[in-house]
Amino acid sequence: MRSMLKTSLAALATTAFVALPAMASGLQGELKIFLDTSNPAPRATMEEMISRFQEKNPDLKIETNIIDREAYKTQIRNFLTANAPDVATWYAGNRMLPYVNAGLFEDVSDLWEGELSQKLASTKKAMTLDGKQWGVPYSYYQWGVYYRKDLYDKLGLAEPKNWDEFKGNCQKILDSGAKCFTIGTKFLWTAAGWFDYLNLRTNGYEFHMDLTAGKVAWTDDKVKATFAKWRELIDMGAYIDNHTSYSWQEALPFMVKGDAAAYLMGNFAVAPLRDGGLDDSKLDFHQFPEITPGIPLAEDAPTDTFHIPAQAKNKDNARAFLKFVVEAQNQTKINGQLGQLPVNADSSVADDKFLNEGFPMLNKAYALAQFFDRDAPAEMAKIAMEGFQEFMVKPDKQDAILKRLERARKRIYK
Amino acid sequence: MTSMPLASSSRLPSRASWWHRNQQSLTPWLMLAPGVIFFLVYVIFPIFQSFHISLFEWDGLGPKEFVGLYNYEELYWDDAFYVSLRNNILWLLLYMLAIPAGLAIALFLNQTVTGIRLYKSLFFFPFVISQVVVGLVFSWFYDPTFGMFNVMLGWIGLDPVNVLGDERFVTYGIIVAGLWPQTAYCMILYLTGLNAVDPEQIEAGRLDGAKGLKMLWHIILPQLRPATFIAFVVTIIGALRSFDLISIMTNGGPFGESRVLAFYMFEVALSEYGFRMGYGAAIAVVLFLIMMIYIAFFLWKMARDERGH
Repeated sequence: MRSMLKTSLAALATTAFVALPAMASGLQGELKIFLDTSNPAPRATMEEMISRFQEKNPDLKIETNIIDREAYKTQIRNFLTANAPDVATWYAGNRMLPYVNAGLFEDVSDLWEGELSQKLASTKKAMTLDGKQWGVPYSYYQWGVYYRKDLYDKLGLAEPKNWDEFKGNCQKILDSGAKCFTIGTKFLWTAAGWFDYLNLRTNGYEFHMDLTAGKVAWTDDKVKATFAKWRELIDMGAYIDNHTSYSWQEALPFMVKGDAAAYLMGNFAVAPLRDGGLDDSKLDFHQFPEITPGIPLAEDAPTDTFHIPAQAKNKDNARAFLKFVVEAQNQTKINGQLGQLPVNADSSVADDKFLNEGFPMLNKAYALAQFFDRDAPAEMAKIAMEGFQEFMVKPDKQDAILKRLERARKRIYK
Repeated sequence: MTSMPLASSSRLPSRASWWHRNQQSLTPWLMLAPGVIFFLVYVIFPIFQSFHISLFEWDGLGPKEFVGLYNYEELYWDDAFYVSLRNNILWLLLYMLAIPAGLAIALFLNQTVTGIRLYKSLFFFPFVISQVVVGLVFSWFYDPTFGMFNVMLGWIGLDPVNVLGDERFVTYGIIVAGLWPQTAYCMILYLTGLNAVDPEQIEAGRLDGAKGLKMLWHIILPQLRPATFIAFVVTIIGALRSFDLISIMTNGGPFGESRVLAFYMFEVALSEYGFRMGYGAAIAVVLFLIMMIYIAFFLWKMARDERGH
């Protein structure tokens, strides 16, 4: 009897759903979303995206909470353990590891089953830990060298294709009285961008991944070779002075004023550089050049993601939201606004000079790394990036720094 | 009617006698109870909890793993710990400069001129604004490319210095920033103290021929002793609270050279990349033991003063 009743009820419900699609299409209940997109452009993008989701589900009560991007990084562990939202932004790669290990992220492999895996194939590996997927990507962006095209033209420089040209350009820029690269290492991670590229180009993707995974000693000769390349630039005086005092934003004016000719950065640097008055005739982009000939070119392409906390109360609604986020159409739209690249292969890339250069570069890339502080565990990243910063100021201390990193490696990866 | 008092008086001694007997001694405890309970829960209990956590390896999320004194052994080999410890000591020593500086300004301002109240409040101003603002103002002041500091160095013919980006100067640079509001604090303490100085004693001193520094040392300063003591205590507390300035001005950098123990503890346990609760707790314990030296000194001095020395 009971099962009869159940089935008939279910049948009734199904017919109701079929018969009245307009009424039944919306989600019910609540959805609490925490975002770290506190910068102006991403903030507007996300608010617009959520309002579109709201339009589709008029009965759903959505509560959005946008938290300052830096503060979010420390707050996440509080709100994941107590009073969790239903959806939260975070980053791919090893940055997920502490929360996955502690069972604080929901396994969303079910969303990845079927065609979505193919559409999001480029980032599947970065979202996978222990053979399961723990979130979905909404955006990624390229890293590379953003340079002052007008300065390069004035000095008769072309985009470098290898290390010698790279250094040759730099020498000419130095001779003209400017610095080659601006950088602000106060918050350390900018120096990791340089290490990533120098190591990827000197030793290749596999070695870089082994190093960030703790399988190789920091005192390895190959690591020393990377540092030797870095030292060549440091000894030339390629970087702006006093970079330890600046954040990455505070380093931008050097490039805008023309005191420095280039910036190794992620694509998010384009917006403030444009705001600073560099239009597309003055600003250009090139891939980080080859160092060791024959090593296939891998790139840094950090992926920004959405996750469902394990303690979320409305997981079905959250899953529906995640599905909405990865839709090709939605990804086209939000990444057009963000000035970044969509992950869904069916999405189209906004017509923007830098995205047009970055998208094919990443598609051709041999492999994609996340970024040093997302590939390496948090503790190792912190100690290593501090070492990079110290090395950029005191290259003579290289051996002491590497020994320190090696000691940390032995402790951290047990 | 007559039975009532009889009945109650016959019952009272047996039921309420304990309360009656102990009322005098219990009342203060009852009055103190709210404060004592909060003190136990929020101060004493966390101290023991820190000791406890420092014996574990714990990321703050997953299960704890007992490691004994391993975290302390790690501390012993940790260069960053010694840098932080050294900076803590520098802070404690150099911050004391706020006391004589505050006294000097207080003596200077302790005169009756038109508008002296305005000058006094202007001097007190830096203590009123937030430490975060002080930190920001000084980091602009020190900015190596457009900061005032290097312009001023240029006037006297010195080369520009990147104060906050150079590991040799960074801690001193932040301490100077911290001294600015702390001096104002000491000044206000001395100004109130100077109001209470007995004019008769000064008169008597003058008759005996005391002048200038001699007057200050033998007549004024002894009377300012309570103010000096409080200035000493708040300055030590201020030096140990240097966290916000460091966080704003350098974030511990360059390469961790401006960290103090409190900041290092925060960094390893609670910051963006920190997941070592046990290690952080071990640092907290060491910091606690260092502060115990001061607390012990403070208690000893209080006890001695009460005995009337």
